[in-house]
Amino acid sequence: MWLQQVTNGVILGATIGLGAIGLTLTYSILRFANFTHGEFIAWGAYFALGLLALAAPWAPDAGPGHFGPLTVGWPFVAAAPLAVALTAGLALGLDRVLFRPLARRGAGLTLAIASFGASLALRNALVFLYGPQPDYFTREIPIARAVLPGVRVTADQVFLLAVTLVLVAALHLVLTRTGLGRAMRATSENPALAEVAGIDPSRVARWTWIIGAGLAAVGGLLVGLTVQIRPLMGAELLLPLFAAAILGGIGSVPGALLGGLIVGLAEALAVPLVGAEYRAAVAFLILLVVLLVRPRGLLGPRGDAG
Amino acid sequence: MVDLAAYLVFFLVIALFYALICLGLNLQWGFTGLFNVGVAGFVAVGAYGSALLTGTRAAGQPAGLGLPVSLGWLGAMVLAGLAATIVGTVTLRLRQDYLAISTFGVAVTLQLVAQNAERLTGGPFGLHGIPRPLHELVRDPRLYNLLYLALVAAVVVVAYIGLERLVRSPWGRVLRAIREDEAAAIALGKSAAAFRLQAFVLGSMVMGLAGAVYVHFIGFVAPEDFLPTLTFQAWTMLVIGGSGNNRGALVGAVGVWALWSASGALLTAVLPQEMQARGAALQVVLIGVALAGVLLARPRGLLGEEAVVSRHARLTLSESRNP
Repeated sequence: MWLQQVTNGVILGATIGLGAIGLTLTYSILRFANFTHGEFIAWGAYFALGLLALAAPWAPDAGPGHFGPLTVGWPFVAAAPLAVALTAGLALGLDRVLFRPLARRGAGLTLAIASFGASLALRNALVFLYGPQPDYFTREIPIARAVLPGVRVTADQVFLLAVTLVLVAALHLVLTRTGLGRAMRATSENPALAEVAGIDPSRVARWTWIIGAGLAAVGGLLVGLTVQIRPLMGAELLLPLFAAAILGGIGSVPGALLGGLIVGLAEALAVPLVGAEYRAAVAFLILLVVLLVRPRGLLGPRGDAG
Repeated sequence: MVDLAAYLVFFLVIALFYALICLGLNLQWGFTGLFNVGVAGFVAVGAYGSALLTGTRAAGQPAGLGLPVSLGWLGAMVLAGLAATIVGTVTLRLRQDYLAISTFGVAVTLQLVAQNAERLTGGPFGLHGIPRPLHELVRDPRLYNLLYLALVAAVVVVAYIGLERLVRSPWGRVLRAIREDEAAAIALGKSAAAFRLQAFVLGSMVMGLAGAVYVHFIGFVAPEDFLPTLTFQAWTMLVIGGSGNNRGALVGAVGVWALWSASGALLTAVLPQEMQARGAALQVVLIGVALAGVLLARPRGLLGEEAVVSRHARLTLSESRNP
């Protein structure tokens, strides 16, 4: 029984981790707590939903068709990169219109206030456009198969784990092997010195938004695939995302994934104890403990006093 | 015409409820620089606290002490202050953005408790039958609302005067010193942590009072009254009115509430039937855009912060102008 909860926790943790990676990147490179990150998750899912609705005249009647045991097929796979691109565009637009002009004025706190306001606006825009009811990518019922004694997973969930692993590995390669990755890491450690060394801060910022929002959008697509799509889906993940990013150490990508897994596991394992309603409180508790005991997180930078 | 007057009374009571919240937030953010994103949580503590202190099982609540309303309001302030003391002691030492995330988490957790602790808070249905103060004096509902408006206005006036005096006192000056240059203030022997906690607790007490004022007017309370939208409204009102200025807090509260109500009426008139329920969501979007606009174009708000708050310095300035 508890093995199933652990599996649920890992699956939840993978999605939290994906979002937390984007959050930790924007937090460490752009230097502010971005409350809109949860909304990138939701908008990623809704962009895909909208694209699929647009393609409805050409897509098969039975929904998006499906590849083998997965509940989705080529329309979903075709819509996904577009949805990710649109979400990245949304993030860039928000940066151009709101965050960059405010950042020029100096105060990092103003950015956080603005992002809090923007997150509410984005969330409610979804409620206005799509209504508060949950939606789904497909009406196909996923079949859960037993992979271990007492543990059942659906093919969609395995797909989620596989996608997460591939993306995190790819990101790791980008950050360690490419010039852009080195530029991002340098800016995260010391923006002034990075600029002196010839790194273009606006290029780094642009790619940080693209990668961060893109990962969040993928997270949204995966949550929408395995659970459901709701306007509040991003807002509900915000506290776990912050908890995971801070637990892992701001600026550390493996830390964010690790933090996500820990938060996901904690939430899933707490369900039999405190009931499913208090799941978000578990993330908050983790957050508080980390901030009080070890603010730089598990894999955070050594010299940072938090 | 009579309906308009009745609506105006209702509008003003709610506007003053927001004004109280903004006064409390102004003390925390405007004067002390504390980034409290959990405003809704402290309002909820005051609201539920007062409801539980004054409600009775006879009136339909699951639990209640049946105390008089005045004690309920005082109790709301004490409970909110208690919550703020606990939260503040734990989180105020954190740097600004971590404080924001923590207070946000506090509000989310409190709302979860309100939604799920059914035996205490009535769960998602909330509490109803909350007693109305001085109900025996006036029976006519319209006249009663007017009386309530006078009561709330008196509360706001007292809060405003009290906070203004506090801010212009030596205590208030230390707050601003801590906000501007904490190291210098500490070097002068001021305990930054103690002053910050005092400002945080006091501001939260005013927010708790606002919650009590609200529920005794409406007569019932539910967890949906304390969503992040409430925090967002308070912040927008303070930013637009002018943070660091108590008059700005009042102006912002009434002004933004007027904008909110007007946009609501406009949307009701303009939107087709099926979209009516979603109109509230569009209101939030519009106000969010307004907040962004103010932050970009005029960050000090309508009435910016005063450069000098000390009574003594002001006298000197006017003396120098009239030799």
